[in-house]
Amino acid sequence: MSIALNDLQAMHLRRLLEAGLPLAARPYRQLAEQIGSSEEQVLDQVRRWQEDGLFRRVGLVLKHRALGFRANAMLVLDIPDAEVDEVGRRLGQAAGVNLCYQRPRRLPQWPYNLFCMVHGREREQVCQLIETLLAEHGLSEVPHQLLFSTRAYKQCGGRYAPPLEREAAHG
Amino acid sequence: MMIDDLSRRLIDRYQHGMPLCAEPYRAMADELGCDESEVLARLEQLQEFGGLSRIGPVFEHSRAGASTLVALAVPQARLEQVAARISAFPEVNHNYLREHHYNLWFVLTGPNRPHLDRLLAEIEADTGLVPLDLPMLHAYRIDLGFPLGEPS
Repeated sequence: MSIALNDLQAMHLRRLLEAGLPLAARPYRQLAEQIGSSEEQVLDQVRRWQEDGLFRRVGLVLKHRALGFRANAMLVLDIPDAEVDEVGRRLGQAAGVNLCYQRPRRLPQWPYNLFCMVHGREREQVCQLIETLLAEHGLSEVPHQLLFSTRAYKQCGGRYAPPLEREAAHG
Repeated sequence: MMIDDLSRRLIDRYQHGMPLCAEPYRAMADELGCDESEVLARLEQLQEFGGLSRIGPVFEHSRAGASTLVALAVPQARLEQVAARISAFPEVNHNYLREHHYNLWFVLTGPNRPHLDRLLAEIEADTGLVPLDLPMLHAYRIDLGFPLGEPS
């Protein structure tokens, strides 16, 4: 194990990783040069974060629309609170469901508490899949809506690390 | 865009994880039985055509900081202006137009919840629209990868 990065270097590295690895033979060495450390220190830190569960995964992050998955629907359902965990677990395992989250209702504007994302190439195919999904899980009569996305204004990774200026100001 | 066999194999194999070593693209090439230069060329091409957002970690947001899903009901005439204003925030990702009264949907991320509260207040003051703040309470499935399947 190499010497650990200091806090400022670690935060800087996180910010660089949020933007993505360089497409170069030695991407971690490039990052190391930017934060003033060795390649080994950067790799050790990334492995440590990976082991600590800071990352969901490390790999290629795709833009599904550009890859032909243009039909992208958000299915929202109003499930009684006592049943939402059980329904969420079942829908989360269903084929074609990429994401399944419980979120709060905001009454009266927003009555839905379960969110599923379904991606497909064609709108018809996605509608069909969702209709079948709801029928199979006995949810056809549950209040729900289908929100297709018609345009992506922005698609990038989350920026969690605080901006540099603020960090500097707080010493 | 045209996706050849090697690109397809790269995507299907390395969406969920990739070698964590000093020369990851060489390691990928070794696993796929091709040259590192071919891997780099395909990834560059994917990036150029907009199919690849980036390479690297997807942060676990409960560990990395705070995040929430936000919706705005934007009058049609103001859509372009408000969408551009929202996209300009570095803390905004996945800003989509959706078919609904609440038509603009985006994810806000930041170092902590008070940071998001400040942003939500700023968005409301800027746009005059009241945001729906829908933080995740429970994840039943979080995997964002998907198979490319058959060529189309």
